[in-house]
Amino acid sequence: MKILTLNFVTCARKACKASPAAFPLRPREAELEIVEQDINPLFVRNVLPRLEWDALREVCGELGLQQLPSTAPSPDDLFTTTPAAADTAMADAADAHEPRPSQLLRDLHTLLLETTMRSGKLVCGNCGHEYAVKEGIANFLLPSHLV
Amino acid sequence: MDPSHLRGEQYEDEHVHEVYEQIASHFSSTRYKPWPIVERFISTLHPGSVGLDIGCGNGKYLTVNPDIFILASDRSPNLVRIASTHNRPHVSLAADVLSLPHPLRTFDFALSIAVVHHLSTRERRINAIEAILAMLRPPWSSDKTVSGEPGRALIFVWALEQKSSRRGWDEGDDQDVLVPWVVKGGSQQQEKSSRMKQRKGKKGTRGSTMEEQVPQPDAETKPGPRAPSEVSSVPESEGRCNDKDSSKTYQRYYHLYRKGELEEDIETAGGTVLESGYERDNWWAICAPSMLNSYSTGS
Ligand SMILES: [Zn+2]
Repeated sequence: MKILTLNFVTCARKACKASPAAFPLRPREAELEIVEQDINPLFVRNVLPRLEWDALREVCGELGLQQLPSTAPSPDDLFTTTPAAADTAMADAADAHEPRPSQLLRDLHTLLLETTMRSGKLVCGNCGHEYAVKEGIANFLLPSHLV
Repeated sequence: MDPSHLRGEQYEDEHVHEVYEQIASHFSSTRYKPWPIVERFISTLHPGSVGLDIGCGNGKYLTVNPDIFILASDRSPNLVRIASTHNRPHVSLAADVLSLPHPLRTFDFALSIAVVHHLSTRERRINAIEAILAMLRPPWSSDKTVSGEPGRALIFVWALEQKSSRRGWDEGDDQDVLVPWVVKGGSQQQEKSSRMKQRKGKKGTRGSTMEEQVPQPDAETKPGPRAPSEVSSVPESEGRCNDKDSSKTYQRYYHLYRKGELEEDIETAGGTVLESGYERDNWWAICAPSMLNSYSTGS
């Protein structure tokens, strides 16, 4: 399960949906691995503004991953252009000079899409329910008394 | 058919969830070709879109567009396991449509292909559509848009009006049916059958039923949650399983949608239908949360 996933899941119990404490779910006993994936700069750039950055920071902290800056990076930091780009109007630079992914973009790609949780638990901060992650798959099916 | 007051969650456990758990591998081997309208919907999403495939089955739509992120879920852990083998760059997880583990009003899109018709009362079907709509970024939100557009859902359900299909149902027929799925004999399938018996009533993860199967030659010449062609008429009341020679029959519950009913259910659930139609034995609709709708809790 990719780290990006943790920005888009919360507790499955109805009672927890309105509670800020339920998001993000807290990873516990996580076994992580890197699963390589082709980099998709356009995807990373477009998905960045929709991330709940604070939730991502929290999850990274829980997992003992790199410390993220307190605010999300700007899209401008995701690409580097050739020096000649300085001569061109900034707005056109991207199209004219085939911007290359910056190290920051590569790091985000590795963090969000290649770092995966192989096994462990995801714990709701509101109700305490634990969802198991096994073989990379999270199971959000609730026992019937919790539905 | 059991009367409607006996249907509900437990009924679906027996006549939907448990069946898919058991037939996952065989079912998956017959479901490999994306349906054109679904493929079009997915491939025209903006790069960076984030959305859900609710009831992803074997994950056949996860290969269509690598520029978006799909959180694909299914009620059957065995199907989720199959979906996870080819889900990159996406993710697959086990979840129930009525208890979705996602933040509300967040997603650019949702797919729900051949799922809503498995819920066995109208109330539960409408609850499912409400739950799907509640996931979408509503039209009045301008936050975090990739495309600048509100979220949209594509819903497919099996049609009652399909008189030219092998099953031949049509207007006026009973809309609530049990449809047999036959797993043909062969040592592997047979083994699974006996395994199922032993484990009947037990919960938990099954052994591997993910062996590759040879696709049925004509199993998906038409889209639709149809059984392989060797299925013959099994009396609907006969129960969920039926040992005969070396094949096994499972009974799945379906509510067959009549013309206009999907649109009615979407509107009752607080949605607006943007586009809808009929494609080879199925009714489909693209919908969004209604501007007039005041849902805010998603419950
Ligand atoms: Zn909770």
